Amino acid sequence: MAENVAIAFQWLVFLGVAFTSIIASILVITRKNPIHSALFLVLTFLCVAVIYLLLYSQFIAIIQVVVYAGAIVMLIIFVIMLLDLEEELRSGLKLLYSKVIGGVLMVLFLFGIIYSVVAKSPTGKLGSYTPDKLTANVKAVGEVLFTQYLFPFEIVSILLVAAIVGAVVLSKKRT
Amino acid sequence: MLENVWLIPLFPAIGFIINGLFGKRLGKRAVSWIGPSVIGLSFLTSILIFFELLGRPPMERHFEKVIFDWVVSGSFQTVIGYQIDPLSILMALVVTGVSFFIHIYSVGYMHDDPGFTRYFTYLNLFVFMMLNLILANNFLLMFVGWEGVGLCSYLLIGFWYEKDSASNAGKKAFVVNRVGDFGFILGMFLLFTSLGEHGIWTLDFTEVFANASKLDPSTVTAITILLFIGACGKSAQIPLYVWLPDAMEGPTPVSSLIHAATMVTAGVYMVARCNILYSMAPVAMAVVAIVGVATAIYTASIGFCQNDIKKVLAYSTISQLGYMFLGVGVGAFSAGIFHLMTHAFFKGLLFLGAGSVMHALSGELDMRKMGALRNKIPYTFWTFFIATLAIAGIPGLSGFFSKDEILWQAFSSSHGHFLLWLVAAVAAGMTAFYMFRALFMTFFGESRIDPHVAHHIHESPKIMTIPLMVLAVLSVIGGYVGVPHVLGGANHIHEFLAPVLGGAEATQTHASLSILSKAWASGGETGGHSAALELLMMVISVVIALIGIGMAYLFYIKNPALPRQLAERWRGLYRLVLNKYYIDELYEVLFINSLKNLSTGLWKGFDELIIDGTVNGIAYLIGWLSSILRKMQTGLVQNYAFSMVVGGIILVAYYIVRALFY
Amino acid sequence: MTIPPVPPELYLVLSAVLFTVGVIGALTRRNAIVVFMCIEMMLNSVNLTFITLSRFLQSLDGVIFAFFVIAVAAAEAAVGLAIFVMIYRSKETINVDEVNILKW
Repeated sequence: MAENVAIAFQWLVFLGVAFTSIIASILVITRKNPIHSALFLVLTFLCVAVIYLLLYSQFIAIIQVVVYAGAIVMLIIFVIMLLDLEEELRSGLKLLYSKVIGGVLMVLFLFGIIYSVVAKSPTGKLGSYTPDKLTANVKAVGEVLFTQYLFPFEIVSILLVAAIVGAVVLSKKRT
Repeated sequence: MLENVWLIPLFPAIGFIINGLFGKRLGKRAVSWIGPSVIGLSFLTSILIFFELLGRPPMERHFEKVIFDWVVSGSFQTVIGYQIDPLSILMALVVTGVSFFIHIYSVGYMHDDPGFTRYFTYLNLFVFMMLNLILANNFLLMFVGWEGVGLCSYLLIGFWYEKDSASNAGKKAFVVNRVGDFGFILGMFLLFTSLGEHGIWTLDFTEVFANASKLDPSTVTAITILLFIGACGKSAQIPLYVWLPDAMEGPTPVSSLIHAATMVTAGVYMVARCNILYSMAPVAMAVVAIVGVATAIYTASIGFCQNDIKKVLAYSTISQLGYMFLGVGVGAFSAGIFHLMTHAFFKGLLFLGAGSVMHALSGELDMRKMGALRNKIPYTFWTFFIATLAIAGIPGLSGFFSKDEILWQAFSSSHGHFLLWLVAAVAAGMTAFYMFRALFMTFFGESRIDPHVAHHIHESPKIMTIPLMVLAVLSVIGGYVGVPHVLGGANHIHEFLAPVLGGAEATQTHASLSILSKAWASGGETGGHSAALELLMMVISVVIALIGIGMAYLFYIKNPALPRQLAERWRGLYRLVLNKYYIDELYEVLFINSLKNLSTGLWKGFDELIIDGTVNGIAYLIGWLSSILRKMQTGLVQNYAFSMVVGGIILVAYYIVRALFY
Repeated sequence: MTIPPVPPELYLVLSAVLFTVGVIGALTRRNAIVVFMCIEMMLNSVNLTFITLSRFLQSLDGVIFAFFVIAVAAAEAAVGLAIFVMIYRSKETINVDEVNILKW
């Protein structure tokens, strides 16, 4: 019984957050004001973070909130405000053919993906990290990150340095 | 010394390279020493080898020296090799000797010409190629020399290439030669393949001639006729003689060396070398003889009316070559070669003399504007006179012995015929006539010289007159190596050439020569009545020559108005002969125009339309295609993103379908 | 009667939907920054897929991969926005339809 409650609760949370995220994402792409779009994007990210929690990935959930919702979207908002954009004019829906066709294709593709996912469930060799072990999430991730995946870790750090330098160089005012 | 036979062609090759690469830098003086001296060294080597050859017994006078392997392909092998036997060493002596004196003469003649070094470069190259032709021990190397002398002939005829007429003449010579060479190549191929059917893959002379008896006569006839077509081109017989008169555009020493003494004799040499093949094909020999004698009389008739002194000599050369072919065509190979040798002496001298006359008259060629030069340029006159006597066949000079040998063989040989002798004798009379006509018009009579030119008449410098004198001496004594038995001589040249060309005391071991030996023995000179007949023939030919000389005297000294009256009476005939029977025009209509039309048609229709059209069309097509395709580059990022999305969808769809349904 | 737990297919479907929405937005909107936001959304949906499969296949490889994706997305955001600033400076507009100099 207690199990049922827990699982029912999981279902509830999942459905609520899922729908919220979908609606929020649709609003992202349909708002005129870019600031509105950015704010709905934050909402989407937060919903997805909750889903990560449902999936026993607390580490990634926090990272999502801190980096994605916190830093990246913040950066975007700053740039929007810096550029002093006006509202996108929606006069005469000037959509090119390619955009329409691209959208339709994507929807069809979506149906295809859904069908394939439902038709065959994901199978594979099971690894060793059972949900119990995943409770101490940061430790587990750290163990793997700093031993097996050390090299990509270092490369990514170089990548971040390059990005910083690049961003600074690119936005310097030409005198 | 025999081992070093390769030195003979090497010296002119060195001369060619030095003059060609460094001539301009070394200057005229150095080239004027290098040019003749390399030929002189060649001549010296030939003499040494000749004496060494004489030291050997007659049956062992054969030596081959291989320089290196040229073609090694399966069972077929060809080498660059030179062979020494009586025929080739005799030819080498003639070529190097006459070349040497003509080179010395050229130093004087071409002294003021800006192309001095180029001239000697080409001349040395020519001698090198000619020596390759003569000394080769296989057909392929001979063909290399054959083509090489054709090339040098082209280069030297068109020496003053700024003159249109000269470069055209050079091209004409080369193209007509090529037509002949085509026949030669076909003959070579046919020989090669027919020997190959017997399993013998070779083009070496010794092996070919040793195995020639295995071929069947019709094949040999075809081969020899094809080879003879090549000889017609190179040695200017009917119908491929048209280039030689035009070749007089070149410098006079060139005409003397190439178109009198050496290159044009290559055809005769080739026939003599392949005497074993020709002896197996009587039909071919008849063709050779008939073409030879027809050419002889035909070109002699043209010589009657020519007014350009060099053209007279050119037609005379063709006529004498006809004699040589008559000689080899009736089986008298050594007689043909003998006449080749004496002809080199006196015809070379005649051309050099003409050059000397032109030098004295500042380049005048037309005999109608000459006359009474006898006392003004004595050396030239006397040497020219001696040469004219020789060519007319006056007894005591070289031409008499060689020409008479041919006439006798034309009459008495088993391949010969009375008619051949008759036509040849008439041609001999005509030769005497027109040569003395040339002599009288140039040196005797009243002076018709242009006054401006008359002031500058001077004898040529010693460097030009000494070769004239040497050749004159040779024209006199050169015949005494071939005094026939009937006059008490030993006919040395015939004996000397016998191992190669067949003869009475020839080898009994050489089976394939037995045809000739049998013919010789039956025709034999031992019978008493044949000797009397031979003497009678000799007397007849001398009488004919004297008649010719007498008529020339009548026409041009006694009664100078007579030629013009005759020309007016038979105007049509005169014009016909003066214009060389309009043969050049006939060739133009028959061959040249159709070829020109064909190539123009191919050019416009095929090359421009189809080939250029295809290439340009493909380029245009690609341009058109890309002008359509480049509309994809709109510059809008979202369009590119769209393409990526489509691509991604296709990729993923493929994997999904594969995972789900297979 | 036990209710089955949330099956992985649902998470994957959610991820697919978010991805599709992101693609449509990236192809349709004219404001470059909104396009960029949609791209971030696409990356996010892919992260979700990785984490889902990592959970249900009981390994940590997916988690690590998602971690790196987030790091790269951050770097990309920094540089990309700097470029937007530059484009705005030179062209006074951020409309993707007007930046088409590389036309044929």
